Amino acid sequence: MTDLSLSSAGASSLPAYRFSVGETIKHVVLILGALIVLLPFYVMLSYSFKSPAEIMQNTGGFFGLQEAFRDDYCVKLGKDVADCMVTPVIYNYTTAFQKAPLLRYLLNGAIVTASIFFIQVLVALPCAYALAKLRFWGREAVFGLVLFCLLIPVHAIALPLYIMLAKLGLTNTYAALVIPWTISVFGIFLMRQFFMTVPDDLIDAARMDGMSEFSIIWNVMLPTAVPALLAFAIFSVVAHWNDYFWPRIVITGDRDLFTPPLGLREFKGDADGDNFGPMMATATIIVAPLIVAFLIAQKRFIEGITLSGMK
Amino acid sequence: MSAIQMRSIEKSFGETPVLRNVDLSIRAGEFLTLVGPSGCGKSTLLRILAGLEAPSAGSVVIGDRTVNGVRAANRNLAMVFQSYALYPHLTIAENMKTPLRLRDLSFTERLPFAGPLIARDKHRKLQEQVEETAKVLRIEGLLNRKPGQLSGGQRQRAALGRAMVRKPVAFLMDEPLSNLDAALRIHMRSELAELHRSLRTTFVYVTHDQAEALTMSDRMAVMMDGDILQLGSPEDVYNNPQDIRVAEFVGAPKINLLPGEVDEAGHARCGEVALSRVAAGAASGEVRIGLRPEHLAVVERDEPGALTGRLVHRENLGADLYLHLAMADGKHRMVVRTGVHESGHIAVGDDVTFVRKRGEAMVFGRDGKRLSLSEAPRTSIPEVA
Repeated sequence: MTDLSLSSAGASSLPAYRFSVGETIKHVVLILGALIVLLPFYVMLSYSFKSPAEIMQNTGGFFGLQEAFRDDYCVKLGKDVADCMVTPVIYNYTTAFQKAPLLRYLLNGAIVTASIFFIQVLVALPCAYALAKLRFWGREAVFGLVLFCLLIPVHAIALPLYIMLAKLGLTNTYAALVIPWTISVFGIFLMRQFFMTVPDDLIDAARMDGMSEFSIIWNVMLPTAVPALLAFAIFSVVAHWNDYFWPRIVITGDRDLFTPPLGLREFKGDADGDNFGPMMATATIIVAPLIVAFLIAQKRFIEGITLSGMK
Repeated sequence: MSAIQMRSIEKSFGETPVLRNVDLSIRAGEFLTLVGPSGCGKSTLLRILAGLEAPSAGSVVIGDRTVNGVRAANRNLAMVFQSYALYPHLTIAENMKTPLRLRDLSFTERLPFAGPLIARDKHRKLQEQVEETAKVLRIEGLLNRKPGQLSGGQRQRAALGRAMVRKPVAFLMDEPLSNLDAALRIHMRSELAELHRSLRTTFVYVTHDQAEALTMSDRMAVMMDGDILQLGSPEDVYNNPQDIRVAEFVGAPKINLLPGEVDEAGHARCGEVALSRVAAGAASGEVRIGLRPEHLAVVERDEPGALTGRLVHRENLGADLYLHLAMADGKHRMVVRTGVHESGHIAVGDDVTFVRKRGEAMVFGRDGKRLSLSEAPRTSIPEVA
């Protein structure tokens, strides 16, 4: 008896260590994919540490040698050469903040993404609730329209949107950055799918308790929908934080309204050539908030993405 | 406490009628059960009473107030749901406080931080009411937990608590025990009945389980296909079903139904066996004869009027033993109740002879309605068998 149970215990623990060709291939493919995705980030981070010469000659490894080099711009301003010797990493990051008002851009990015997300939720939750839980004439048709709107690419309607905002005199304002995104059909769709899974009993109980329909949305549906909202927040915040296209169109003059991706342009192709070090430092600073947020809320992020069925 | 009238309620979803002209009057303080198979409209009827659904026609009167246009919250009814429907993000205490907050506090008094400061006495009173109710239900220890941390039975109590705090005119319960496991369900039955006795409030209870209806209610209404077929005390419904569908639905194991016909003299007979009582005024023709398992008894020897079947399944419930018999015609099955001591020796495959107890058979006409039987006049022919 003891022999038998021992051997069966041994057998049951075996599969954990067993070599499997299928699993190995899967992992090799995934690792290759991960490398391809990570490589640009590696280059970005590495360049943000290096001096221009090291970037051009592709030397110095990941961190660069961090030897002081002469800042030509500083020399041009007529300062002493000895005062103009700078360490690459310090130079890159300080230039990023000095040459462009990067903090201002980051603040703009935060204001814009936060307002977009806030208003999107304000609009999407009642819409999704109505589409999921209320019976009214034409509900299916309205939902069909929502699905249809999912298919329209932003760029297709960019021009009419721009003209509308221009006629209203709203270009070069925060409003221009926020208003076009306030109604998110994706948000409505995602929340509607989630609300379908909320039991009707819960809503009926709230009605019996005396809540109005709006009160049900904010006091019952919203708290139960937090996982779905997080999933939506990921898509919304990432998309609008990283958006280059739309701010580039509606913010034409006023640098105070630049969002972080627009900040990257400051380092692009001036007369004295591309300045990759500070540019990559800026890029690093721009993506850092998202990466930090991901690391903090990793578990929630994955839950949210699997919940929304999007990969 | 007030009586509730539901008058000629009709409801249809699109083209499908769900309720056909239902009249129901609920007495103040009674435990009334609506019982029927799924899809019979019992839940819809309850939801119309609650105000969660509007009837296509008919009126609902609570006390002397017609409440057709009144919002669910203002009817002063409380509902307990099958899935408990507790707010998952609130503690049990907050769950129970919600209906009171919404009823007794103004908008400013409900504000998160300012509210308790403005109306401290009111908030304290709500807390006391919640604690009082929790004590009755013995859930004081759970007040600070979230619903997700409770077992099914505890959640059911919490849901009851949320209904009880507002001291409603009536409790509406929509299959509240269906999600519990069998042992707990049976325990909760007696607890609910006790609660009803101590609260003396009207309970309207919806279930598909005829055992719950029989064990708990003062009166039960058997519903089928959007109609109330019979309304009466559990004893009455069980012993005197007025419709063949009621007879089939109430009672477990199911009533035995045999095909038969009424002869010229008015005797219902099944094959060779005839009943001594007369179906008064019934046209001769096909009928169905119903005999409950407890109205049949196993006998050792063949007797006049006895039937024989071969045992195909024994269902031993400890106190009772149900024998499932295949009849000789090969089409019908009969279930006979007996005791383990008397019939424990009978094995599957054996032939079993049984007789009926006199005066218990029910006869249902072709339309499914019960035919009333009376003692045959003395002058008629003596009983055939």
